[in-house]
Amino acid sequence: MTATRNDQRGEVAVRPANQSGAVANPARTRLLGGFLWGIAGVALIALIWEGYKFFGPDNGVLIGELRVLPRTTDLAMPHLWDMMTRLAEPVTRADGALPLWAVVALAALMTLGIAAAGWAVGVIVGVAFALLMQRWRLAEFGLLPWIVISQTVPLIAFAPIVKSWGSRVEIGSFEWQDWMSVALIASYLAFFPITVGALKGLQSPDRIHVELFDTYAAGYWPTLVRLRLPAAVPYLLPALRLGAANAVIGAVVAEVSTGLQGGIGRLLIQFAGQASGDPSKAWGPIFGAIVLGLVAAGSVALLGIILKDYRRTEEAA
Amino acid sequence: MKFTKRRALAAGAFAVTAAVLLAACSTTTDEGDSGSADELTEIKLQLQWLPQGQFAGYFAAVDQGYFEEEGLSVEIIPSGGDIVPQDALANGDVDYAVAWVPKVLGSIEQGANLTDIAQIFQKSGTLQVSWADSGIDSVADFEGKKIGSWGFGNEWEIFAAMAAEGLDSSTVQIITQDFNMNAFLQGDIDAAQAMTYNEYAQLLESTDPDTGELYQPEDFNVISYEDTVGAMLQDAIWADTERLDSDEDYQETTVAFLKAVVKGWIFAAENPEDAAEGTVAAGSGWGPSHELWMVNETNKLIWPAENGIGVIDEAAWDRTVEGAISAVNETGASPITTAPPATAWSNDWIMQALEELEAEGVDTTGSSFAPIDVTLLEGGN
Repeated sequence: MTATRNDQRGEVAVRPANQSGAVANPARTRLLGGFLWGIAGVALIALIWEGYKFFGPDNGVLIGELRVLPRTTDLAMPHLWDMMTRLAEPVTRADGALPLWAVVALAALMTLGIAAAGWAVGVIVGVAFALLMQRWRLAEFGLLPWIVISQTVPLIAFAPIVKSWGSRVEIGSFEWQDWMSVALIASYLAFFPITVGALKGLQSPDRIHVELFDTYAAGYWPTLVRLRLPAAVPYLLPALRLGAANAVIGAVVAEVSTGLQGGIGRLLIQFAGQASGDPSKAWGPIFGAIVLGLVAAGSVALLGIILKDYRRTEEAA
Repeated sequence: MKFTKRRALAAGAFAVTAAVLLAACSTTTDEGDSGSADELTEIKLQLQWLPQGQFAGYFAAVDQGYFEEEGLSVEIIPSGGDIVPQDALANGDVDYAVAWVPKVLGSIEQGANLTDIAQIFQKSGTLQVSWADSGIDSVADFEGKKIGSWGFGNEWEIFAAMAAEGLDSSTVQIITQDFNMNAFLQGDIDAAQAMTYNEYAQLLESTDPDTGELYQPEDFNVISYEDTVGAMLQDAIWADTERLDSDEDYQETTVAFLKAVVKGWIFAAENPEDAAEGTVAAGSGWGPSHELWMVNETNKLIWPAENGIGVIDEAAWDRTVEGAISAVNETGASPITTAPPATAWSNDWIMQALEELEAEGVDTTGSSFAPIDVTLLEGGN
């Protein structure tokens, strides 16, 4: 039995609802503990990085011709403090250049916006597909294989086509923007786990509960609203989080693919091209991408708090 | 009580993030608006990479209002990923595209109907760079070495030059290069592919760990493909052959477009600093010294242009075609197997544009062109 499997990564502890007053303090301790463990984890990675850089051979570790551990030169592995000071310095020597962290933050915000739009479309489409497939078995047999196949189309083949279609869409005063192509690709990656999770969740109520609703002569809608949707929440939340991660990855990759300016994907490419002369700079957008992923996952965790009454059990997706 | 408060807080936080994200989206929406004035013909130009000094003339033509003077409103579309300029042009997504000749010849052989209407770069800017003590001074020395290349159609000059020396791809080890020169600096590549205007500068703005100072030109051997039989024509402006043939508006637009482009490149030659500022403003992520270097080196590939900027030199075209037929890469592929059709290039449009400009008293040969000296700073800043 996986009753009350807690999800500590999201820093949202799930508690049995009946113990309200007594758990305030343990909950706070647990939250604090979570933070401490998080900081300890980051510190450990920093220690491994600098430790390996200090003790490791310049040319990395090779087994035969194969390099199993990277080189430790400043070019391959800049010092963490160099990366941090580089973040605070202006991005270029040009007049009025913003500090690197601000440029990265602005780009990350734009990508996050696009990913959020893609995620929202993915949620709507994904839940709609799940409802359709739960209602009619035939739809499940007919649609599910196609939904699985849809995820095997390589993004690099797909991105230019979406962009090409998009450049032809013009309805009245509405003109397709380039960022919409990126959001569409993000939603294409996001909807899949959401569809699968939502379908599993909608089908999860025990037969005995479904039959109880039948004996009450409850129709499709009351059963959906009062039984199936609440039961789907524990399946849906991890799926939404997966969807958020997919949307971010999809947005970053699609930005690079379609050549959209202003987002974190473009910065990754641009600064990677400058890594020979300015190795620390290339790490700026990498940190930005990490923060971006954390913020996306964290935002979904907030949804988890809102819906926490329904999270009695949670399945790993 | 406590729980409802926390839940309200979470709901509030969620609403705030959502609002911020929507705001972020809406600001990006406004950007693409290019002030659609009446009367102006809207044109899309597809570049082959990110905005940078390599394309300074096109951005200068926008910034200086040259396109508007010709009655055009031009949107410049950068690439930088999987958008292939000649494909975008052949699909009708854009009206003109900038691309290297051998790459487009390959697309033409596969059925695309495109015409080179202006050969902006008269010379090849591709180099193969090795360490000064490596003993690699010429293409003949490649044998048995690790040779870097970007692939994706950027490699044909290497194989054409090797073919002329009797070498084929099996005699060397081809290593795919990244966006930067780290693989070369770390010794994974013996001779790396570099453009005069970009990657070569990246080397000169990197720190030598032995001396703690920037690398100097003396540290490297530089093989310029322009001096080999492998040299191929690079940045050219391509147009849709069928529309050139039958669409009168497109014909007129083409001449007007080329006139403005020529004026843009003249501006870049005379004012490299301003042109570099323009490409930085257009979104090149490089620092001012690298960007200025790039504009200056690009100018050297264009000017002076004896026959007038953009005019296709038939001998250079034929050499590119021969090189493309002879080049075979490590997978056994060639860009083309037979000579392209006669429609693949035409000087009609650029000649018409140059004549009109000369009538206005514009010097289109750049006879007085003199490059400037650019000092590169660490990291291109």
